[in-house]
Amino acid sequence: MKTPLLFSILLLIGSCGISGGKPAESDPQSQPDTSYSINYPVADSLLSGIPVYSKFDDIAPLLAQDNDTTYVVNFWATWCKPCVAELPYFTELNEKYAAQPVRILLISLDFPAQLQSRLVPFVEERALKSLVAVLLDGKYNDWIDRVSPEWSGAIPATLIYKGARRHFMGEAVHSLQELEQGLNTIYQP
Amino acid sequence: MKHLLTVFILGLMLVACGSAAEEEKDQAQTEKSEEKSVAKTVAQRAEGIAVGEQAPDFELKNVDGKTYSLADLKDAKGNTPKGYVVIFTCNTCPFAVASEQRIIDLHNAYAPKGYPVVAIQPNDPAIQPGDGFEAMQARAEEKAYPFVYLFDEGQEVYPVYGATRTPEVFLLDADRYVKYHGAIDDSVRDPENVEEKYLENAINALMKNETPHPPVTKAVGCGIKA
Repeated sequence: MKTPLLFSILLLIGSCGISGGKPAESDPQSQPDTSYSINYPVADSLLSGIPVYSKFDDIAPLLAQDNDTTYVVNFWATWCKPCVAELPYFTELNEKYAAQPVRILLISLDFPAQLQSRLVPFVEERALKSLVAVLLDGKYNDWIDRVSPEWSGAIPATLIYKGARRHFMGEAVHSLQELEQGLNTIYQP
Repeated sequence: MKHLLTVFILGLMLVACGSAAEEEKDQAQTEKSEEKSVAKTVAQRAEGIAVGEQAPDFELKNVDGKTYSLADLKDAKGNTPKGYVVIFTCNTCPFAVASEQRIIDLHNAYAPKGYPVVAIQPNDPAIQPGDGFEAMQARAEEKAYPFVYLFDEGQEVYPVYGATRTPEVFLLDADRYVKYHGAIDDSVRDPENVEEKYLENAINALMKNETPHPPVTKAVGCGIKA
């Protein structure tokens, strides 16, 4: 018990302090390629092509890349109405910035029992497959602060970062412009 | 002791992480530009009641049609409660639904010991129709809620408490001082994966006249619809 706690404290210190600057070293799978396409780390399993991760640690490198790409990381679920309402702005952003060093990652926190019945059809219907991954880790208190200490615990939540510069949005956006304003605090075309 | 200290530090960090880290960064990395929203975090903290502060009483309509305030409530033995387990929850949030049985079990275990659950539904039914008063009544009857399930009509109580999510807990002592604020346990979505029962540990601490550790956790859930 002691060790995981100490570990989380270290991680918290790491993630909320000077942070950001630590690249995901020695994990070639998480290194971005040069085409700015989505490149999730190797997943525990794939569900109809969607990567599924059981632990936050599996996707943690995605939140600590140290390169010139700006990452827009959105946490959502199909059961969350405001999340679903703002999703189109993320796909629009993805299209608009397709040729630029900006990546959109849509990390679903859907219930494990609803992945096949709800998430897969939803993702296929909206052609979101290249953007979506699933995080099953339900021990939220262990990891939400590692995404941002500002995160209250409600979804949707979006972290936009490049290297050590981080911008956290704890509420839904209501337009592409609003999302772009968030992006522009970190990245200007 | 070391373990307690660790938990305490972790709790503190959950609370203070944002601003403390930003200050450190100021000192350590003066070259970094500081356009970050430190003030926002502080402002969020300033709203609502913090652990150690006294929570206000309220008058809200219960699913039985009667109006209740904390001062009216009795524990399972008809005595004045030793504390109140105030839980903002609702019919519709999947995390609230996942927590429902745990809330019932908590009341059944702790109301006889003087700590009844006081459930408050804060969502505006105009935005979340499944949380209307009649829907609340139906749910309470279907599941035979042993606790009061109050409707925050007009959405006036939850902002005073500073609740932002369902489910979200405020554990009050007999004089309504907040002793614990946050999540029921460490696995809101999956009851079978619970390892740390934050709320239960906090009530047990109160019963022994001890200070709950951690006093604050983050409540993960659905944003309150208002």
